Amino acid sequence: MAEPILVIDKLGKRYGTVEALRGADLVVQRGEFICLLGASGCGKSTLLRVVAGFEAASAGRVVVSGKPVTGPGPGRGMVFQDYGLFPWLTVRDNIGFGPRARGLPSAEVARIADRFVETVGLTRFANAFPHQLSGGMKQRVAIARVLANDAELVLMDEPFGALDAMTRERLQDELLTIWAERRLTVLFVTHAIEEAILLADRVIVMSPGPGHIVADERIDLPRRRDVSSPEFNEVRRRLSAMLHSDHQREDAA
Amino acid sequence: MGAALRSAAAPRRLLGLIVPAILLVAWWLATSRQAYGLIPTPGEVVTALVDLATGDEGDAFSGRLPAHIAASVGRVYGAFLLAALAALPLGMLVGRLRWAHTLLDPLLQVLRPIPVTAWLPLSMILFGLGARSAFFLVALGAFFPILVNTIFAVRSVEPRLFEAASMLGVSPTRMFPKVVLPASLPGIFTGLRLGLGFAWVVIVVGEMTGVQTGLGAMIMDARQLSRTDVVVAGMVVIGALGFLSDALVLALGRRLLRWSPSHG
Repeated sequence: MAEPILVIDKLGKRYGTVEALRGADLVVQRGEFICLLGASGCGKSTLLRVVAGFEAASAGRVVVSGKPVTGPGPGRGMVFQDYGLFPWLTVRDNIGFGPRARGLPSAEVARIADRFVETVGLTRFANAFPHQLSGGMKQRVAIARVLANDAELVLMDEPFGALDAMTRERLQDELLTIWAERRLTVLFVTHAIEEAILLADRVIVMSPGPGHIVADERIDLPRRRDVSSPEFNEVRRRLSAMLHSDHQREDAA
Repeated sequence: MGAALRSAAAPRRLLGLIVPAILLVAWWLATSRQAYGLIPTPGEVVTALVDLATGDEGDAFSGRLPAHIAASVGRVYGAFLLAALAALPLGMLVGRLRWAHTLLDPLLQVLRPIPVTAWLPLSMILFGLGARSAFFLVALGAFFPILVNTIFAVRSVEPRLFEAASMLGVSPTRMFPKVVLPASLPGIFTGLRLGLGFAWVVIVVGEMTGVQTGLGAMIMDARQLSRTDVVVAGMVVIGALGFLSDALVLALGRRLLRWSPSHG
């Protein structure tokens, strides 16, 4: 088997006296779409932020393409729920930000930016500023900006959580298309069971108190997946039971 | 819809003239009945303004307005520029570097409430009677609004933007030019605008230091000669220049900060 793109080894994270994550192990192969699923406080965002390099691990380690993570870097692109776009830059310049920051010549930056403006279907809005865009359009820019920077690992922290249902469905579709075409590796945090089953090759179920991984479920349904099919619902029931039995244990404790 | 809004904006702007018109009539009613009162009538002020500008009467004030305006405008913008040159880098240091904040913030907080007028005597001792003192006082008036707004602007950059920039490959040493500076421009701009406004506010105090020309000096001279028509004319000119100066800055901001929802 080829070298995994991501190895997480006994990862733990503490904030002062609060233990947010304990003993997380995860190996991700190149090209996999992984969803981290769990209720708030289960450590899924913490795990993502440690992989991104925004937070240092308290225990264990994270290795990306053979190199231990010591801080943020352009190889790991993050898509935030609140977009994190640069309000003073146009759509095109937001997307060209990474290539420019890495010192590419401006002709090259412009070429890359235009290509990814097109990839996410925002050509007509290339010169618009973020405050002129809808939430769905902003998130397209955030995705394009990560793609334009050649991120090998795309980290997404509930990226569609703030969008309306219809926009969310369309973006989920577009994301799957881009993922398949560009052979991306995606680590996607969500608390929505349906979203996880719709998108993921593997769903990592997490649970709070302290945050830890409880299950690693492979989703073998053929794509494009039909959320109303009996097979889909079968998986949904299984994952739902897993999350809820966990809650009950917690309530009893 | 945009066009309809624009065409509605013109009459709405005219509405803003109603209250000044009423005040003008009230002023005229209150002053026109008594001859040689202490407060001049609107007509007398207009006459004074014309005489100041063109110089028909041939007294000490005739035709001197352009010189006074040139002196005050030069002083306001010169002192404003000096204040900005000092306050912008200082504000960025105090706003972004913990040690600079610890070192300087208490001092700045104590100096800030001291009014410019209170500095007047000390300023005349330090800088002597005249132009240098006036320059210092106007610069002081502009300094604190710029400083306080710059500190606030560079401190309140959204933390998310640092994360976004770092994951896109910006190193910590490049954060300032790539993120902090552009993100804080709207706040810094507000500080510059307030600072320039304050420079106009304190110009009269600044020119109490014994300078020969300048609108403040003119008003002081006129006061001693009981030429209240010239005093009021000077007030009108300062008001108009301050307004024009602010409109200019606003237009500039609208062009430069098109991206900002609160400016564009």
